[in-house]
Amino acid sequence: MCAQILTFKGGVHPHYNKELTNRLPIERMPVPDEVVIPLSQHTGAPCEPIVKAGDEVKLGQKIGEAKGFVSVPVHSSVSGKVKAVEPRMHPSGRFVNSVVIENDHLDTLDESVKPKGDLEDLSADDIKNIIKEAGIAGMGGAAFPTHVKLSPPPDKSVDTVIINGAECEPYLTCDHRLMVEHPEMIVFGLRAILKALGVKRGYIAIEINKPDAIEAMEKAASGIDGVEVVRLATKYPQGGEKQLIKAVTGREVPSGGLPADVGVVVDNVGTSHAIARAIKEGMPLVERIVTVTGQAVKNPKNLLVRIGTMLKDLVEYCGGFNGEPGKLITGGPMMGITQFTLELPVIKGTSGILILPEELTKPEKIRPCTRCAKCVDVCPMNLMPLFISAYALNNDFNTAEKYHALDCIECGSCSYICPCNRPLVESIRLAKREILAKRRKQA
Amino acid sequence: MDNQFLVTSSPHVRSEFRIERIMLDVVIALIPALIAGTIFFGIRALMLTIISVATAVLTEYVIEVLTHKEITIDDFSAVVTGMLVAFNVPPTVPWWIPAVGSFFAIAIVKMCFGGIGNNFVNPALAARAFLLASWPVQMTTWTTPGAVDGVSSATPLAILKGSEAVGAQLPSLWSMFVGNIGGTIGETSALALLIGAAYLLYRRVINLRIPLSFIITVGVITWIFGPNGLFTGQFMYHILGGGLILGAFFMATDYPTSPVTPLGQIIMGIGCGLLTSVIRLWGGYPEGVSYSILIMNMVTPLIDRYTMPKVFGTGEVKKVA
Ligand code: SF4
Ligand code: SF4
Repeated sequence: MCAQILTFKGGVHPHYNKELTNRLPIERMPVPDEVVIPLSQHTGAPCEPIVKAGDEVKLGQKIGEAKGFVSVPVHSSVSGKVKAVEPRMHPSGRFVNSVVIENDHLDTLDESVKPKGDLEDLSADDIKNIIKEAGIAGMGGAAFPTHVKLSPPPDKSVDTVIINGAECEPYLTCDHRLMVEHPEMIVFGLRAILKALGVKRGYIAIEINKPDAIEAMEKAASGIDGVEVVRLATKYPQGGEKQLIKAVTGREVPSGGLPADVGVVVDNVGTSHAIARAIKEGMPLVERIVTVTGQAVKNPKNLLVRIGTMLKDLVEYCGGFNGEPGKLITGGPMMGITQFTLELPVIKGTSGILILPEELTKPEKIRPCTRCAKCVDVCPMNLMPLFISAYALNNDFNTAEKYHALDCIECGSCSYICPCNRPLVESIRLAKREILAKRRKQA
Repeated sequence: MDNQFLVTSSPHVRSEFRIERIMLDVVIALIPALIAGTIFFGIRALMLTIISVATAVLTEYVIEVLTHKEITIDDFSAVVTGMLVAFNVPPTVPWWIPAVGSFFAIAIVKMCFGGIGNNFVNPALAARAFLLASWPVQMTTWTTPGAVDGVSSATPLAILKGSEAVGAQLPSLWSMFVGNIGGTIGETSALALLIGAAYLLYRRVINLRIPLSFIITVGVITWIFGPNGLFTGQFMYHILGGGLILGAFFMATDYPTSPVTPLGQIIMGIGCGLLTSVIRLWGGYPEGVSYSILIMNMVTPLIDRYTMPKVFGTGEVKKVA
């Protein structure tokens, strides 16, 4: 094993605040009396409901059918009775058709939930099919259907798989705990991915601020051919797909391209774990680990939670608020989304609930840009955020495009570092939206 | 549980960098040089600096009140400008010279172009050029430390250039390093300036790209083109004398007027170094730092435009192994 520490150019060093939860074992949270399961929890087409109000459903039963290739089905995370199929508020901020199920607390398993046999006996297509049918979508946040990633077009020859255990977002520790507590499952999932892709080389990449995770993963991976644990520098956004690939393989995903263009597929450790469960137990993706954290939470925890549990229940289970809460964020503090209510369900991509206290969220004065160049120095994509943002705020989206606005990965490093509190990512995001809208119109 | 959550765009945490803190750091970094100037030139140096800072801050405040603009003196940038104006005048000037200089720097150079971040040349240096053009005698009367009253002397660079009375002796390099030489209030002690510069580097307020390429360029050129043929130049005198250390670390690095790209910053440093050397060796002035920085300030937008960093993923695609 090489002890070399890999990294990328640029990036920032925010306060990690992981000590709030990084030593706390994953706790199984009691299943609530009611779950709300949105029919769209992934990037791509929403599911069609295949149950209706009054139906009895079992744990692991499919309740939403995938529409199209870039889509995954949705399963019931409890056994009980369907109360309604109706639009409910979703963490994306929109109303999304959702299945509301009353839990009978029996956890009666659906007949389809049974082990899928030895990995050795499964073909690549079998594995991809199991993954798709289990409703697995990337669990790092973007929630892209995993089977699609595992089916690259024939002209792209993939030769490397990277399991992303960087977890570079401050505060979050769900991936960390998963690596410490279930390393063999993650390695098993990686082997399944390698087999599905017909690839020989797999890396598990972890930031060095998680020595216990590195140790556990190395132990679980030792003796397995082609699988290696690599150490990454602790720096944000080390877990960004492009930065990760660059650090581990030295390859640069081309502008506008995908990892497969440089022969790489990246999956999150949570995804790998879900794949292992789908094969070993036949259990579809009906639960996940959520880090409930932040200085404004009384007892921060890493919780194993059924999909569809309300954020409110999680926060209550963690003892409620500690002091006056300022911001409620799903995800981490760098890329997470603020929510205005706790009446939202946990979905497949919910990695954390972060509640920051009021004193950490006071809005600060925005000052004119002084051209200090700090945003240029930290941008991991080597962009010039100050110019893209200035053109965007001037409604000059053509020039913003010339400054490569579309290459921005929205990591937030520029806004984080700016001493003048400029709304950099915010305005660059706006420019990206406008540029894409214009392209669609022209197409 | 109530639902009074703030909804904003990501990221939700910020670094400790604040512009007011950065400017305060610059003020702190200039203090060793101010102390050195006061030790070598007397309390007068301190008084001139205070007058200069007060004028700068007051000018900014009054203009912002009169034009109904947001008051920005709390970002400390006017304090920095005031200090730099004073640092750029000889300790013998009448008190109103730094006051006029600071007024010019803030009212004309900074505020007329829309405040911090919009001025295209360094306000303090523009003020120095203005003062030099308007009151050349007062602005070039130098004294040796400890002899403020009357006895004029030559700066080391003037001696090197041979433009001063024959027989003037070059001070030792040690005196130049410590600052026991004639010069403007702020440039006298390389040692004090370097202490301040180290602080700015430690605080990550500046990086080494501009200062180092500036100083190395001056060193190399003045060494090559020495008075007694190639490679005979007394480059250490050029590095320690005059405003090079002050200019390289504190003025060429001025945020609004220097390039934002890494390559552009190195070009800025080299450009300043070349111009400084040319002015000093072949031009009419013994000094050259301020003019070269001013000239490079004016081409900064151009440098930025042509040194855009190579965007991630736009180079040659590395082939799959
Ligand atoms: S970090 Fe902020 S102040 Fe500095 S150049 Fe970028 S936008 Fe301007
Ligand atoms: S411009 Fe985009 S990619 Fe660059 S630092 Fe800002 S958010 Fe990240």
